[in-house]
Amino acid sequence: MFSFIIRRVLLVIPTFLAIAFLTFVAIRLVPGDPVEARTGERGISPERLAHFRHELGLDQPVWKQFLDYLWQIAHGDFGTSISTQTPILTEFTTLFPATLELAICAMLFATILGIPAGVIAATRRGTFVDYTLMGAALTGFSMPIFWWGLLLILFFSVDLGWTPVSGRIDLLYYFEPVTGFMLIDSWLSGQEGAFSSAVSHLILPTIVLGTIPLATIARMTRSAMLEILGEDYVRTARAKGLSPFRVVGIHALRNALIPVVTVIGLQVGALMAGAVLTEYIFSWPGIGSWLIESIQRRDYPVLQGGILLVSGIVIVINILVDLLYGVLNPRIRHAR
Amino acid sequence: MPADRMPAERTAAAMVEPKAPPGPFAAFFRDFSENRAALVGLILLGLLVFVAIFADFLAPYSPIEQFREFTRIPPAWVEGGNRAFLLGTDEIGRDMLSRLIFGARLSLFIGLSVVVASMAVGIVLGLVAAFAPGWPSIVIMRAMDVILSVPSLLLAIVIVAIIGPSLTNTIVAITVVYLPYYVRLVRASAMQEKTRDYVTAARVGGAGTLRIMFKTVLPNCMAPIIVQAALTISNAILEAAALGFLGLGAQPPSPEWGAMLASAREFLQSAPWIVTEPGLAILITVLAINLVGDGLRDALDPKMRRS
Amino acid sequence: MPLLEISDLTVDFKTGGGQFRAVDGVSLTVDRGEILAIVGESGSGKSVAMLAVMGLLPWTATVTARTLAFDGRDLLTLTPRERRRLVGKDMAMIFQEPMSSLNPCFTVGYQIGESLKVHLGLSKSERRQRSIELLDAVGIPDPERRLSAFPHQLSGGMSQRVMIAIALACRPKLIIADEPTTALDVTIQAQILELLVSLQRETDTGLVLITHDMGVVAETAERVSVHYAGQKIEEQPVAPLFEDPHHPYTAALLAALPERATGKRLPSIPGVVPGQFDRPPACLFEPRCRFATERCRTKAPPRQGAIAGFALCHYPLTHGRPIGHPHPEGREVAA
Repeated sequence: MFSFIIRRVLLVIPTFLAIAFLTFVAIRLVPGDPVEARTGERGISPERLAHFRHELGLDQPVWKQFLDYLWQIAHGDFGTSISTQTPILTEFTTLFPATLELAICAMLFATILGIPAGVIAATRRGTFVDYTLMGAALTGFSMPIFWWGLLLILFFSVDLGWTPVSGRIDLLYYFEPVTGFMLIDSWLSGQEGAFSSAVSHLILPTIVLGTIPLATIARMTRSAMLEILGEDYVRTARAKGLSPFRVVGIHALRNALIPVVTVIGLQVGALMAGAVLTEYIFSWPGIGSWLIESIQRRDYPVLQGGILLVSGIVIVINILVDLLYGVLNPRIRHAR
Repeated sequence: MPADRMPAERTAAAMVEPKAPPGPFAAFFRDFSENRAALVGLILLGLLVFVAIFADFLAPYSPIEQFREFTRIPPAWVEGGNRAFLLGTDEIGRDMLSRLIFGARLSLFIGLSVVVASMAVGIVLGLVAAFAPGWPSIVIMRAMDVILSVPSLLLAIVIVAIIGPSLTNTIVAITVVYLPYYVRLVRASAMQEKTRDYVTAARVGGAGTLRIMFKTVLPNCMAPIIVQAALTISNAILEAAALGFLGLGAQPPSPEWGAMLASAREFLQSAPWIVTEPGLAILITVLAINLVGDGLRDALDPKMRRS
Repeated sequence: MPLLEISDLTVDFKTGGGQFRAVDGVSLTVDRGEILAIVGESGSGKSVAMLAVMGLLPWTATVTARTLAFDGRDLLTLTPRERRRLVGKDMAMIFQEPMSSLNPCFTVGYQIGESLKVHLGLSKSERRQRSIELLDAVGIPDPERRLSAFPHQLSGGMSQRVMIAIALACRPKLIIADEPTTALDVTIQAQILELLVSLQRETDTGLVLITHDMGVVAETAERVSVHYAGQKIEEQPVAPLFEDPHHPYTAALLAALPERATGKRLPSIPGVVPGQFDRPPACLFEPRCRFATERCRTKAPPRQGAIAGFALCHYPLTHGRPIGHPHPEGREVAA
């Protein structure tokens, strides 16, 4: 088991290095003077230009710059933001919990609704219920999520006034962040109404971000279940006289979860992409908004460091999913 | 022992006529058309393609022409609407219907370009990776891993940030994002087919590697590639719309549906049709393509067949 | 009163190419403690008939019968819940592919214990004890350790033994074994069959053994029912069947056995079992039969009496000669 982890991690290191290389190259491909790209200043005088070049290490040979870059990353230095002059890693760790909270809620939403929907559609294949559920899933899958977000805002926030339009919590609440998770912090603060305010701010963004994973999980569960329901061991379970609930919910579903969990793991990357758009629409102060703003402000170091960090996290989560897959599928566990 | 009964008396005429089994293409079309939703999708798609091709004739006005006195007119069936502008006008007086029609041409063009490009490059790379094991294969697959590790939209954003926002660059960026799917698919299929007997037979018959790659093995891998292609077109349209929405895609005054939504955001309350119409257009288009894609997959996948 | 009574059972499947009749008017009975073998090639509908009895057919199947009764209870009018109380408890089935018939995600002990829990309500320790007993009875060494094994860790023979253990768990009155040894090595086949028969004798359960292997039939069966293309075409006790088959198909099957070879060439039955699209209009065996006449082509064959083994034939055989046939020497059939 341990060797499995080590092997997976070792396999991943070249990929990470390749991404680092890509971001390293990317920032050099940005049109315009490299110093300007890094400092954000325009029209720098030649002496200051030379000074910056030396400071930024641009007068070194390229391969040495890359090695320095890797060295810095290994020490947690992902660069400094032009606009805020704070280390990128610091900004990232401050903003990441907001995105993480949203992502976790969206994933829970998608899984808790998606798996049962897929199972029901599979067991009632060909009926009205099946077509309705899969039709809804397909529609959710086909919508641009920024439009879906705007529609929900229009309907629930503007017309009905049920939910707030943006942000994580009402402005009148203030407390020191403890974990960075608004749900937990607002609960801990003990201020009346803070928790419910945090919840109501989370509802729409969760739905918007979770719609595509929900649709994907529902479809995937349905097709996995359909395949498994035709397997011999399901027939054995039926031959034992077990109730349909046991046959489907325990024997079949346990096996169906294997490919479904893989799909859930693959959704992480899509979730990050979706978070960008969702945070933009709901003014949610997370990594997504941060990256969008960095483009608009031409804060390229942020873009470079941010992409590297986000990709790193996606890779780590994929490894965790692989481990979970090993737990669920006994055949992998025992294979050397 | 209960008395054995004779099976029902059958004369040659009364019995159900033995039917001939259906041929392969007829069977495919029957499977596909059994799926009514897929048929609806196909018809819808056909309509959209028609609209896109004949946009110049179908659109009442030019998509970039501004009517300064007629800004923010609601659709014709709503109070305050105007028959001249069936779907209303946007914030600077451009006719929504015309912009949507030309937007269809843009979106379908983007989708098609991305699919053709990523399929072409992906097939070549996938076949090379399958038939040339060793370092070419490793390099190609690692590169694909890298692309897949970066979330799709973020990668597209980075590429566009580097090479500049425009329609062509949007296509390039999205092509790169979807390339790995084809490479992996083709490589996996090709490696499976490579060991089959008919390939060995072709090799023994004197076929060179290139010929085996493209003429022998590739046609047998096409089924999953076709299904993936449908999925790619719809995803490409969505990604392009997202880039447009963020201001990184086709630049104004181009009637790209996502870009239309970007400028409409502030008019969410005052002129909601500017927001709902482009989004609906995207939804209907992508839905139609996905319906067709699903139908294709069900018809081509033998496990889903009923008999 | 027979344990299992089937009369005029018909099963139709809805397929992409129309309705397919997999089982056509089959009747048979099984008594307590008796071993009945159902023999036929693939496509004879022998498995489908028994799956219909167990209620394990998919939704595309339509089951009709004049009588379908188990232990006096009418199976056709049971509610699903009542049926689930029978199946797996009084009536058990084991299948052909033991390696894929066990759920890969759960241990052997769990899968055996499930029947015990659901049907008999045994406690955890009682289940464990009974499971060890069962594994021991089916000849699995070191049963305590095997309880926590996963199916992929077992060989084909072991898996089938586990399946038999699961079937026996609630002491059923009838066991249906669908080609239990076909997927196993030849050396293991004999062991498994011996096991089945000795267990059956000990517990006095009825056993329906579905097979295409005449050798298995000779060793184990007491009565034999021969099926072809969904119909039952002959039924006799085992010894008389081998000595004097009454249906041309049975005779041809026996003649094709290597053990019965007389000359240098093994006689085979030319042609194939009719599928969905090429069913003959009257007698289903007619295209492949040595003794087929015009009457066989146009008129459905009658069911003969007990003396002729209930053969479904116009000219049943007696010692190799068809009765009432215009040309008793037969003819060569084109392959």
